[in-house]
Amino acid sequence: MVNRIVVGAHYGLVGWLAQRITGAIMAVYTVILIVVFVRGQPITYGVWVELFDHAWMRIGTLLFAASLGWHAWVGVRDIIMDYVRADGLRLALQVLVLLLIAVYLGWTIEILWR
Amino acid sequence: MSAAAKKPRPKYLSLTALLFEIRQPIPAWVSILHRISGALLFFPFAAWLLFMLDRSLASEGGFDAIKGHYLQLPLVKLGMLAFIWAYAHHFCAGIRFLLLDLNKGIELRQARMSSVAVLLASLAITAIFGSRLW
Repeated sequence: MVNRIVVGAHYGLVGWLAQRITGAIMAVYTVILIVVFVRGQPITYGVWVELFDHAWMRIGTLLFAASLGWHAWVGVRDIIMDYVRADGLRLALQVLVLLLIAVYLGWTIEILWR
Repeated sequence: MSAAAKKPRPKYLSLTALLFEIRQPIPAWVSILHRISGALLFFPFAAWLLFMLDRSLASEGGFDAIKGHYLQLPLVKLGMLAFIWAYAHHFCAGIRFLLLDLNKGIELRQARMSSVAVLLASLAITAIFGSRLW
């Protein structure tokens, strides 16, 4: 039995928990989308546009994108912390990842509410 | 000082050691592939899918260009196959990790069996959805 005393602001715990919750959200979205595709009619342009015309689909997709952003930030940050030990390069990569997440989110919103 | 205490820590393992010198247990491979697939899904796959979503929703011409032409290119199909596998593996391994967090299947035998199940399930999903590309 290891008795660990948790100190600090618990940032790690928030990240750990957020990654699991966002993962679960994306898993549910994925299953719903697959069911829609498999049970629905063949995807034509009309069907495709109508699907993304529903408010629930737009909100759900935005929720997916936001979940992906948070999930990926925790995950990619873990990878960078494990393998990149030079401080400058590590910081640069982390900033790059944050910028890419911001681009993804902005792009998603632009696609959905054009 | 005991021998254990004198060992240099932390010990960093080289990539060649991980790949060729140490025989990894299957759960380790599931974990490593979870990491690799996650990195690939973040970049480039997320950007690639957003590009296709953008074009396909922008206009009927864009939709036809993506569905009728772009997705028919052999290299694009190969890329989609890789994407489907990465998504399937990340999905299945992620659910396994969620269950492990809830203390489900943490016995060695069960953990090994579930990691084999993850590898097989993600390959099966890749075959099912990948075959729809052709």
